[in-house]
This record gives sequence, C-alpha cells and structure tokens, in this order.
Amino acid sequence: MDPENLRYTKEHEWVRVEGDVGIIGITSHAQSELGDIVYVDLPKPGTVIQQGKTIGSVESVKAVSDIYTPVSGEVVEVNGLLTESPETLNKDPYGTGWLVKIKLSDPGEPAKLLTAAEYQAFVGTETS
Amino acid sequence: MISKVRPHPTQNESLLFETSSPGKAGYQLPKLDVPPVDARDALGAQNVRQEIPDFPEVSEVDVIRHFTRLSTWNYAIDLGLYPLGSCTMKYNPRVNEAVARTEGLMWIHPYQPDALSQGAFAILAELERALAEITGMDAVTLQPAAGAHGELTGILLVRAALEAQGNARKKVIVPDSAHGTNPASVRMAGYEVVNVASNDRGMLDVEALVRTVDEDIAAIMITNPNTLGVFEEHIAEVARILHSKGALVYMDGANMNALAGISRPGDYGVDLMHLNLHKTFSTPHGGGGPGSGPVAVKKPLEPFLPLPRLQHAPSGWSWNYDRPQSIGRVRAFYGNFGVLVRALAYIMAHGGDGLNRATLDALLNANYLRKLLESHYEIAYHAPSMHECVFRHASNGAIAKRLIDYGFHPYTVSFPLIVHGAMMIEPTETESKQELDLFADALVSIAQEVKENPELVSTAPHSTRTTKVDEVAAARKPILKWTR
Repeated sequence: MDPENLRYTKEHEWVRVEGDVGIIGITSHAQSELGDIVYVDLPKPGTVIQQGKTIGSVESVKAVSDIYTPVSGEVVEVNGLLTESPETLNKDPYGTGWLVKIKLSDPGEPAKLLTAAEYQAFVGTETS
Repeated sequence: MISKVRPHPTQNESLLFETSSPGKAGYQLPKLDVPPVDARDALGAQNVRQEIPDFPEVSEVDVIRHFTRLSTWNYAIDLGLYPLGSCTMKYNPRVNEAVARTEGLMWIHPYQPDALSQGAFAILAELERALAEITGMDAVTLQPAAGAHGELTGILLVRAALEAQGNARKKVIVPDSAHGTNPASVRMAGYEVVNVASNDRGMLDVEALVRTVDEDIAAIMITNPNTLGVFEEHIAEVARILHSKGALVYMDGANMNALAGISRPGDYGVDLMHLNLHKTFSTPHGGGGPGSGPVAVKKPLEPFLPLPRLQHAPSGWSWNYDRPQSIGRVRAFYGNFGVLVRALAYIMAHGGDGLNRATLDALLNANYLRKLLESHYEIAYHAPSMHECVFRHASNGAIAKRLIDYGFHPYTVSFPLIVHGAMMIEPTETESKQELDLFADALVSIAQEVKENPELVSTAPHSTRTTKVDEVAAARKPILKWTR
C-alpha cells in the first residue's frame, strides 16, 4: 500500500515533508513496473531544481526511466546507498530506497500533489 | 513442437590466452642473412620491453579453429529469420559485397588526389541523387555514420536554420511512439524535449499537438511509420500545424522499409530526415556494420549541410568547403564509403520497381504474420500494420528466450515503451512463406506452453550453449576485465 502521509505524482514519484525538507522517492508501483533496478543516477548536492524537471534516472534490466522532481528547491543530500545497492529501491521504495532530500523553496507545493487515494485511483486507470 | 532445429554438440572453448603454450609459434622465419643487431643498441635500452605480458602463443590452426568455432555460436540473418522489430534485419545481398570488393574501390584511400578519385565522387553523387529521389527531398549528406548520428546532424541543421532567422527556439516535440534515440539527439543539440502522447489508434494525437505547438517549438521529430508499425495518417496535417508556427518537421527514417518506392516523405511536408542504409538499403548491421545515416533535406536547409559538399565542374568532381552557413564537419572524410557503395549497389540492382516490390513484400510479410498470430496474441493497436506489428504479452521476455529453443532470433522485447509487454516483430521482405509459417508455428506452440507448462518457458532457453543468464547480476555487478 502507498503510505497515507506521502504525496504522489502521475510520474510515480513520492515526497515526504520533514520540516523544510522534502524527501523524494519512486513509488512501489514504479519499482514493480521497472523490475530489477540495476543503476540509479542522482543529481549532485547543491543542485537547484524546479518542480517537474528531470533530476536523474533509474535503470532496470528492462528500461531507463527519468526521475522528475515533485518539488522545487536545492538538493541537500542524495542516497549513497543506492550506488552500491540499487536493489534497495525494489525492496524498500518508501524507506531506505529514498532518492534525494530537497530543501523546499516553495513549501506550498507538496499539498498540491496527489494524495495516496488519488494516486491509487490514477494507477488503476493507467493500468486497466 | 520444435520442428525447425535440433541440438548439435559444440566444443567447449577456452580463451586463446588459456590455450597458449610457451614457445608455440604459427610461423617460421627464414635464415638471417644480415648481421644481427641488438634492439637495445638500435632503439635505446629504455625503449625495449624485457618481457611481453600474456601474449598468447598459438599456432595458425589453433586460431582458425578457435574463431571458426566461435562463429558457429552466432545467430545471423544468413542462418534464418531475424525478426527484431524496428531494426530491419534484412538479407545483405552478395552482389553488394562483390561490388564493394572491386579492386579500385577496395584499395581506394581518402587522401588520394581528387583527379584519381573521380569514380568514387561519381558513386557518392549518384547515391545522393538516388536517396533524394526515394525520399522526395532536394539534397543529401552521406557523412553521418549511423542513425542517431544522422538525427543529431538533423537537429543541428534545424538549429542552424532557425538561428539564421534570428531565433533558434527552445524545444523539440517527440511523440511517445518515437525511437528512443530521438530525445537523446534533441538534448545533445541543446533543445528541451516535449513529449506528445499517442491516441488510442496508436497515432500522434493531433489535438494534443495543436495545444503543444507554439513559438518556442523548433521542430517535431516524428518516426513514420512509428514504432508501433502504424503509418501516421495525419502526417500532412501535422506538418501544416508545425509550419504554421514556423517550426520544422524532422522525420526519423529508420522505418523507411515500409515506404521506399511507394511513399515519399518530401511529398507530405517533411523538411528533413535521416535514412539508415544498414536497415532499408541492406548494408551489414550491428556488429557487422559500420552503419550509415545519411540526412536528406529540402532546399531551404541545403546551405547548412555539413562540410564538405560534392561539387561538379567541367574539370570534374571536387570538394566544396566554401559554405559559410554550414554546421561544419560531422565526421572524418565523407561517411563510411564502403557501406555507401553497398547501398548504391542495392538501389541499382533493384531499380524503382524493385524497391517498390521489396517494400510491398515487407508489408505483406508483416501482415501475414499478424494474421497468423492475432488469435494467439493480443495485438497492441488495431490500426493497420505496415512493415512490423506489435503484440503484447505479460511473459514477453520469457517467450522471446523460448523462441531461441525453436531456432529463431527473438523479436524486440518491451519496446515501444507505450505498450506493456511489447513484442515487436519485423520479418522484412527477405523471408519466404515457409520461414514465416515456421516462425508463427513456434510462437503459437509457445503460447500453448505458457498455459500448460509455464515453467518450461520461464526457464528458457534450454538447448543453447549458455542457458538463461542472470541479467540482473550482470548489470549490477558486471565483470569487465579478464583475469587469469
């Protein structure tokens, strides 16, 4: 199940807000569609990014997929664990498989994204 | 039932390094008839190695047998159907090879004086003329060395042409049914990619396009027929929409095998396009390459074509470097000359009627397979198929591997991305009805196996030298270096 306390995008990313920082990852649905993930390409800390823009990519045996940031701001930390163990993304997409932490430049953005229920409804229409 | 092939033993093969034994040699030198010289005196001791590490010492027959045996592990178009969708794996006629091995062409050197290269110039000019005629365009450059190189050259031409008008613009539209290299070429040329979705018929959504096109759009990069094997019915309308906003239409001509000799992109509004000579025009493909991706343009784009251009005067052919608006050189010399010779041989052997017939046969073969398979596999889109057809199946990867046990090269798997479980099949005109029937029988039989014995399919291939490989481990922990 997609956690209730996160916000989601139609591009299958999630964001969890902790203070003025947004933690970003890809959804369980996304990792399952991609299959075994073998490589993750992430931005450098300090990069300033804008909502909806590409910040990196996730590569599986099947395909390479862009990651679009759900929020704007400055990258303050990237998940180094994924370099060594990209499979973490498959195992724990909402926990240790997070991608980047972004210092939010517009704290109002997350609330405008999809709720867990809205995201599930969207996934339902997309896969039917 | 597997009827086309049966297993036959092949020898376990060591690397040449492992076969090596000290002192073994594949040559015998004549007796020295001059005074011996110490290399250290002649070259300086610091320039002479004390030992050469790990050079295999083997005989001639060791080497010949090693590589001949390795060659029998391959699957090739010369062995059977090679239905990789979007790749146009057609037979490479041997007449192409005979022509390319003509002594004067085989030993020609790019630094040979122009006066001694007039025949080569004429071949290049004739090929440019033929490709312009086939595409309905006005001028062609043969320089780009492959399809994606042609794409990049094309988008650089778009940029140069728009810059000359004062505004290079910012974005290029790429439909979601385009070739995967298109967005990469757009980015490399410094543009942003704007995606436009396909409609439920597998064609570009014209209404969505109208909403997307504005003065920031430099061009659209459209593959036609697209990667679903569907002809973009509204291509002329698409061109009108782009042109009305001052943008250009780039066509990815990778699927030209559906059009050559029948339909000319230049006649329905395309401003520039590339061709893949290693697809449509039968030159060797992939590892057998090199490739070739000529770019054809309409008159207004001609001044921007890469340097140099062919020019003809009463004194003969020569290169023209005096072209101030050119984007410059995109490759050393003038493309992969040997490949260009083969493509012209193919075009001239066919003639217009022959190209037309080959294209119709390619369409017929794809549609014949579609009919045979439609009741066993779900077709992704119901629009008419051109030179390839796309089915979908949840086990598309496993079925592809199982096809190897049946003696066939797999189809293209999981592409285009807009089809979940895509199975993209392009037989080309090369195949006979017998071969197509065997292939369809194999896929029908596998569909049955998926229902009755899914384990057999999911663990395939079984009869190959190497059985199912762990692709995940290979990608996550690749071993890139040989160690003893």
